[in-house]
Amino acid sequence: KKLGIVMSGAKVPADISGHMLDLDEEEDLEVFSKGNPMPNSPDSMVNQFRLDEENEEEQQGAINKDIFVTVDNPESHISAIETFITYRVVTRTTRSEFDSSKYEVRRRYQDFLWLKSRLEENYPTLIVHPLPEKFVMKSMVERFNDDFIETRRKALHRFLNRITEHPILSCSHHFKVFLTEEELAPLRKLGPGFLSRMSETMRAMANSVRGLRSKLEEFAIMQEYVDDFSNNMCSVDKVTHRITKEHREYMDELKQYGPTYFHWAESEELLAEPLKGVGSCVEKCSKETEEQIQYLSEVLVPTLHEYVLCADTLKAVMRRRDNIQAEFEAKNEALASKTTDKEMEVDDLADRVEQANNALRGDWSRWRTSMRADLKSAFISTAAKNVDYYEKVSLTYWFLFRLRKEAT
Amino acid sequence: MVERGTALLKKMEISVAEADKRTGKNTVNMQETYTVYLIETRPAESVSEGGTPVAPDTLWRRYSEFELLRTYLLVTYPYIIVPPLPEKRAEFVWHKLSADNLDPDFVERRRVGLENFLLRLASHPVLSNDSIFFLFLTEVLFLVFQKADSRLKSLSAMFRVKNPDKRFTALKHYSEDLSTVISQLLRIRARVADRLYGVYKVHGNYGRVFSEWSAIEKEMGDGLQSAGHHMDTYAASIDDILEEEEHYADQLKEYLFYTEAVRSVCRKHELIQYELEMAAQDLSYKKQQKEELETGTVRIFSLKGMTSKLFGQETQEQRESKVAALEQSIQEGEEALKEKNAESQEFVEKAWNDIERFKEQKEKDLREALISYAIMQISMCKKGIQVWSNAKECFNKM
Repeated sequence: KKLGIVMSGAKVPADISGHMLDLDEEEDLEVFSKGNPMPNSPDSMVNQFRLDEENEEEQQGAINKDIFVTVDNPESHISAIETFITYRVVTRTTRSEFDSSKYEVRRRYQDFLWLKSRLEENYPTLIVHPLPEKFVMKSMVERFNDDFIETRRKALHRFLNRITEHPILSCSHHFKVFLTEEELAPLRKLGPGFLSRMSETMRAMANSVRGLRSKLEEFAIMQEYVDDFSNNMCSVDKVTHRITKEHREYMDELKQYGPTYFHWAESEELLAEPLKGVGSCVEKCSKETEEQIQYLSEVLVPTLHEYVLCADTLKAVMRRRDNIQAEFEAKNEALASKTTDKEMEVDDLADRVEQANNALRGDWSRWRTSMRADLKSAFISTAAKNVDYYEKVSLTYWFLFRLRKEAT
Repeated sequence: MVERGTALLKKMEISVAEADKRTGKNTVNMQETYTVYLIETRPAESVSEGGTPVAPDTLWRRYSEFELLRTYLLVTYPYIIVPPLPEKRAEFVWHKLSADNLDPDFVERRRVGLENFLLRLASHPVLSNDSIFFLFLTEVLFLVFQKADSRLKSLSAMFRVKNPDKRFTALKHYSEDLSTVISQLLRIRARVADRLYGVYKVHGNYGRVFSEWSAIEKEMGDGLQSAGHHMDTYAASIDDILEEEEHYADQLKEYLFYTEAVRSVCRKHELIQYELEMAAQDLSYKKQQKEELETGTVRIFSLKGMTSKLFGQETQEQRESKVAALEQSIQEGEEALKEKNAESQEFVEKAWNDIERFKEQKEKDLREALISYAIMQISMCKKGIQVWSNAKECFNKM
């Protein structure tokens, strides 16, 4: 039997999920931030870059998109029990499933986690863009600083926008609920209970221990690619962090270097001017390095990080697909050895396998395309920023050189 | 940097062309390896003519011989700011640069420094005419007596000058400030170089990682691979960049060492001033003694005076002979003072001549050094622009 793509609203069998869902509601570690956490106005090139990306999506929408989502306006909430950050999620849409054309809700990180797990449950072999990681407490009390909140906000924005771009996921019932319901908390608690999730997982694990009879070659290749991709992304990510660190240390030294020229100029007469000239060039270099670091941290590093997380997502997707196949194979075997006569169930499982495989195939090329676009764009803009850096620094020194030439 | 102003340079070209290793037995009869440098001299006109240039006269010298020459010049021309030698041991090194004296890069920089030293001497209005310097350049056997100059020895002694010359004091303070500030600058520059090296070299890792990644990608593979190659180029380019910057550091170091020479001149002047003051003091003491003997008043306490008061006066004869002796002494003292005064004035005149010359040279050289530093930075940026533009093109093909 062949089934088409799962339409929204259609009930998908609940016992599909193959991996332990990661909802530790009690351990949500959001802490309130200081002051008024308004996002910065987009002056810097960085924000501009992101803003362009956001605008581009809106422009493209003139052609295909009929739903636009933004995440902004982080605010801290203080209650008796806990403090946390919420973000404003604004939706504009012309889709008929939505009663209104504009929605505005406030969501916290837990809500995003809920959405992600619902999507993974319902569409186990579709590739959902990763969420930013939970905040891990390394020291005693860590306060969220503005940078962290802003980075997270952008990642959450991207997460939702990837869903809106996905032909299947954007039609998800839970997605609609996420965007439209005033209060998500009561609905969160109504989800499949902890225990039922446990039993699903255990069943899946039991099935996978048996191993798969045969894996289609295309998925074996995919698995290999995913493993290699994961290693490569981690390496690129590591190297990029190292580069950022080296830049910082260079900048710190530059900050001390410039002043020594000015200091020297104090005891000189004719040499004072060229000395001050070189000193201010070094200062300019230090400022530009600072901007370069900021750019790396806000554009390249988060993008690479997301794809490191993507690699984990892909691994999970492959695992879930394998589990679906394993479950079918187990029941099929039981049927063949006449220990059961539930032919209907086996047929259902066979369909599920086919669905899962098709869904993955479709989403795989989608994912490859957007991965390529994302990483290409991040690297191009980093290279452009570096060219810009060198142009600015050389111009500064050139002016000094010109002035001296004219004087002599 | 060096003009053909002096008579010496008008008639000969000087260079330190090569360096070589030698082994031999040192003063304690142990085998040692040392470096020798080839001094080449040729008549100045021979180069300007067409055709085959005349073969130069050559001789090999080691660093310690240059040191002997310089010590000789310091003693012989105390009022001259004698150009410094390149550093004996590598200082202000950033970590990748070797501090080993036998390292070929260090030896090469030292060769350049020694050539610079000889050219500085050859273009100096006073030092270029020295006959020992000429022998140093041309004669293989070169013996220098270590003049046990007591005056040179006393330079390390502590003494206080009552009326220091304000100009020399100001100069001494300036050279102390300059020394401090250049040392600081060199130290930090070395740290900056170290960090910059780190930035460039780490990008080399992109080369390796992109290459691995390109193996699993179909459409992105070529772009990644070629971008990786550019990252390797970028990482490799820092070696040349920093080697060139080392030349800038050497120019600053020369003036750091010059401050020592300036301070040495100031100290020698202080010594002369001190001796002058001592001579004047000595003379006035003798004059006072004479006056006391003549008038019989005792203004200065002396044991003789007390004993004569206690045990009776001297005879007229005794007193007259003493006065005569003092008069002789006073005359000698006045001669000595006149000489000292003349010596001091000559020193001051010659020294200030050289100081003014040095000031001009310093302004010119350091201004040029700063300009060439700016040019180096521009060149480094141009390389960076090229590499990253190329990388951007490759990323475009991803």
